Formats: sequence, structure tokens, C-alpha cells
Amino acid sequence: MTGQNAPAAATDLPSTIGEGETPVRKFNINFGPQHPAAHGVLRLVLELDGEVVERVDPHIGLLHRGTEKLIEARPYGQTIPYMDRLDYVAPMNQEHAYCLAIEKLLDVEVPYRALLIRTLYDEIGRILNHLLNVTTQAMDVGALTPPLWGFEEREKLMVFYERASGARMHANYYRVGGVRQDLPEALVRDIRDWCDHFPRICDDIEGLITGNRIFKQRNVDIGKVTRDEAIAWGFSGVMVRGSGIPWDLRRSQPYAAYNDMEFDVPLGVNGDCYDRYLCRMQEMRESTKIMMQCCDALLKSPGPVKAENNKITPPARGEMKRSMEALIHHFKLFTEGYRTPPGEVYACVEAPKGEFGVYLVSDGTNKPYRLKIRAPGYPHLQAMDWMNRGHMLADVSAILGSLDIVFGEIDR
Amino acid sequence: MSWPATATELEKLGKAICKEAKGVFTGASTAFGELTLTAPAARVLEALSYLRHAQGFHQLIDLAGADYPERPLRFDVVYHLLSMTKNRRVRLKVQTDEDTAVPSVVSLFPAADWYEREAFDMYGIFFDGHPDLRRILTDYGFHGHPLRKDFPMTGYVEVRYDDELKRVVYEPVKSVEWRNWDFLSPWEGMEKGFSPALPGDEKVEK
Repeated sequence: MTGQNAPAAATDLPSTIGEGETPVRKFNINFGPQHPAAHGVLRLVLELDGEVVERVDPHIGLLHRGTEKLIEARPYGQTIPYMDRLDYVAPMNQEHAYCLAIEKLLDVEVPYRALLIRTLYDEIGRILNHLLNVTTQAMDVGALTPPLWGFEEREKLMVFYERASGARMHANYYRVGGVRQDLPEALVRDIRDWCDHFPRICDDIEGLITGNRIFKQRNVDIGKVTRDEAIAWGFSGVMVRGSGIPWDLRRSQPYAAYNDMEFDVPLGVNGDCYDRYLCRMQEMRESTKIMMQCCDALLKSPGPVKAENNKITPPARGEMKRSMEALIHHFKLFTEGYRTPPGEVYACVEAPKGEFGVYLVSDGTNKPYRLKIRAPGYPHLQAMDWMNRGHMLADVSAILGSLDIVFGEIDR
Repeated sequence: MSWPATATELEKLGKAICKEAKGVFTGASTAFGELTLTAPAARVLEALSYLRHAQGFHQLIDLAGADYPERPLRFDVVYHLLSMTKNRRVRLKVQTDEDTAVPSVVSLFPAADWYEREAFDMYGIFFDGHPDLRRILTDYGFHGHPLRKDFPMTGYVEVRYDDELKRVVYEPVKSVEWRNWDFLSPWEGMEKGFSPALPGDEKVEK
């Protein structure tokens, strides 16, 4: 435990002061935990030499809820909602990783239509996330309009979440073996229509930010990350692509229906905040392309959306009214749940922020023995220290914004 | 390389690693399409250094602790490595107990810094040579290691705002009674490989 905003000790003073020189001491200041640019509850202890940052010590854990401990005490099916509450900006991507881990253990085949729906909603999550990140990062460096424009579209996407799952944010929609329920055709058509108009919104937002003089002053050459640094510090997602490393799990280790989708992986050149912004903007356009392909495929291919194995997925409501077996399956699933074979797996997805992984240890019962959540933001935030050294105090919020931090997943 | 890797490819890789770095690894196994290596805790730096420099696993993706209280060496430290060039993942597991420190790998993978702090915070696993082994996720002044299996779910203290003292006060937990439903049915899931559900089941095999 470090001192609360302690003034620099007298030992920091230079021992000999020349004539005409003024003794200067370093400043220790608190950034947060209730700072709007901290994107949640983050306390940064900054050591400043004048206005130049010399050291950053992030104090995290203010949103620690013990998710991993709680998950150890619940049957598999009941822990999916916890996943929503990690990165609450793009909830379904996390559910996806968790379901993939259990599916790997159980060796369940997921129907293709469910894979398409997952792909579609993963991409909606990506756009949700990038819209929030890009526009609020612009707000951190002084622009006010982008969030207003971006959040209008986020609102529409959340309505798509709601129409699929019943909840705007904490969806609890993915299930082991598929998804909770099928999408109505009208919803797929509406998403398709939204995809047609969204690139224009991207153009509008880009028109506001991309060439903006102030935005470029604040972001170009700020928070540079080289390729080697990005790898050594465990970066993933836009943080490696912004530095020019062509690494995207959707492409290199495909899951769901990404193998059948056509999309490009945008790469940055300089690895600075501005390149990461450009990557995110371009990724939104690519996500829109994927969503269009998913919608078209969904409209053409009706079919089941969960594995037809009532040991894992619950039977239809109507069937329960008639079939004793279905009723027993339902009862068993919602009390005991299902057991997984003992063993350990690691499953990961390309979440909007980077690689979101789940390390699951099963001991053969109906609960995870150990579940480690690998949140992409955790190693990214760790880099705050060296990324900020030598930058000005005002750059701290620009860099923090471009790291894409959400405390739900970092603190867990 | 193609993804996912087949079990035979992984087994081959595991064997090659065990053979090439003689004595550093104690075993390699493939399950669920993933390669798991084991090593003695004291040689973890050697093992990871070999994996990084000779095998190209240049990124430490994750470092996790795990608690198995019934074992003499109760903790697992699990390293997940990724090679972007080979498109492969590998897992390295070492075992330790409450008193023995595992060599820190921060010098090899700077990303391990916070992960090791987290494992220390959550399990009380010590890392030898870590530059700054402080708690990270729990509260200032927290006692205990919450992810240990013998740590109660509700914890030991709870906080509330005291209107008279005008500050947040810490008190022993009294408001919640933790209900841990045991839904496991004893007559199912006894197929091979699953843990015995009832005491005495192990006698069937005798």
C-alpha cells in the first residue's frame, strides 16, 4: 500500500543546488479513481517532473467482484451472465469464449445457423465497442460531438441485442451448443438495413475526427508501440494490429463461421494512438461487411440454433408440456446442469479489445473447478507505465483512451 | 500453419520439446487439442526461455494460479504461450506450495509482471525475483488470498458506510449466509473418467 497522495519526500531534492537555481520537486498526483477520462474506476498515481510524466502506477481492482471465485460455485449454465458483466461494452463476445471452452470439453457440435448468429452478434459487439472507444477517446482529447453521433448508433445496436435476447446489455444469449433462441426474420432484415446505412455514419464520424487538426495533434506519435514491444507485453487485438502485426484470431485461428466470411484485417503502420484509431474505424467497416454476409446467409438457411442434445440444451417449451422425458431433461438441466469430463481447456475469441480467453479446469462435476479469465485489457493497462514515460500529463488520457480499457474485465 | 493442430502434430511437438530440452520438462500430454507441458518449478525460467527462443513461443498470453489443497504441492502455476509465427499455443504447468517461491519470468516476458502479482494476490504464490510483488486486485490492506479453496465465498469482512463516523467501516461478515446448493446427483455421471460421486465407489475397482 502506497501513501495517499503523499508529497514527494525531501530526499527527492537534489543535494546541491547551484546559484540562481530553484529547488524543484517532483509531483505525485492522483488521476482518478473518479476521473471521466479514466474510463471507469482507475486510480493512476502519476509522478510528474513539471508536466512530464516520469512514472505511472495504475492501482486497479476497484471494481473487483471476485467473478472467478463466484463461478467456481455455480453450475456451468448459470455462469454465462457473469461473462456479460466483464467487458460490458461488448457482452456477447465474452459469452462466446466461455461457451467455446465448455463446448471444447464436451465436444459438442454447434449447428451452422447458431454459428452464423454468433458471428453476427460478435460483430455487433465489436461495433458497439469500437463506437464507444473511438468516440470517447475523441472526447478525452477535446471533441464533444463524436460521442453524441456514435451513441445514437450504439443505441440502435443495443435494440438489436434486446430483440434477440431481451436485454440491451447483459444479454445472456449464447448457450453451450448454440444460442438461446432463433432470430425472427424481421430482426435479421432490420440488421441488414442497418448495415446498409452504417458506413455513412462511419464517414460522418471520420469526417469529424480523422483529419481534425486538434485530434491529430493529440494522437499522432503519441503512445507509440513497436512490434517487439507489442509482443513482449502480451498485447492482442488492435494493440498489435496498430503496430503492423497481422494477427487476428478470426483469421488465424478461426472459430464460429469466420472461415466463410470475407473481410480484411486493417493494420497500422506507426503503432501510435492515431493508427489505432484508424484501425478501429476500418474494423467497424469490415465488421459491417461480415454482418451483411451473416444476415444474407441467415435469411437463406433456416435450421436449428442449438445442439439437439437435451443433456446439454433444454427442450422446447411446448415439448415439455407433452413429453415426460423432456420434462425430466428440463428439470435436470436447471438444477444439476450437466457434467463435463475432467481436464483443462483454453478457449479464446478475438474480442473487440483483443484476445479474450478462458482457461477452464474441470474436475468432472457440474461446476468449473477453476476458471481463469484472460482479459485483453489487463496486459494493455499494464503497459501504461512505459507508454507514458516522457509524455505530457495531457497525453495520459489520450493513451489511456486508445488502450481501450473497460474495468469490468480488468478487475473481474 | 493450419489451425487447429491435430493431436498427432501436437504429440510430435511435445515429444520434440521434451527430447531437445532434456531434463527441463518432465512431461508432455495432449488433451482436447491442446498441448500441456510440465516442468519442475525451479526450472521454469529455463523451460520458458527454451520455448521462447528455440520454439518461437514469443508471447505470454496468460499466467494463472490454481489451488488443489489436497496435494502436498497445492498450487499450479499455468503459463499459456502463443507463437504468432507458427500459429501454435502451448501450456506449461508447474507446481509449488505456500512457502516455495517460483522464479519470476518478468525478465523474459515483461507481461508476466501483473499476472504474477495477480497470482500472488489471489493465491499467495510467491515469485522469486519479481520487481514489485504487491497485491493488485484486492482492497488496500486486504488479508488472505481469496481464490484459495479454503477461503470462504463471503470473505471475512464486509464494508458499509457509517453515518455517524462519516466514513466506510470494515466489519466481520454477518449479513449474508452463503448457500451452496449441491445439485450433484449421486447416481449419474459415474462413467469412466468422472470422479467417484459417493464414498466407497472406488472399491468397485478392487
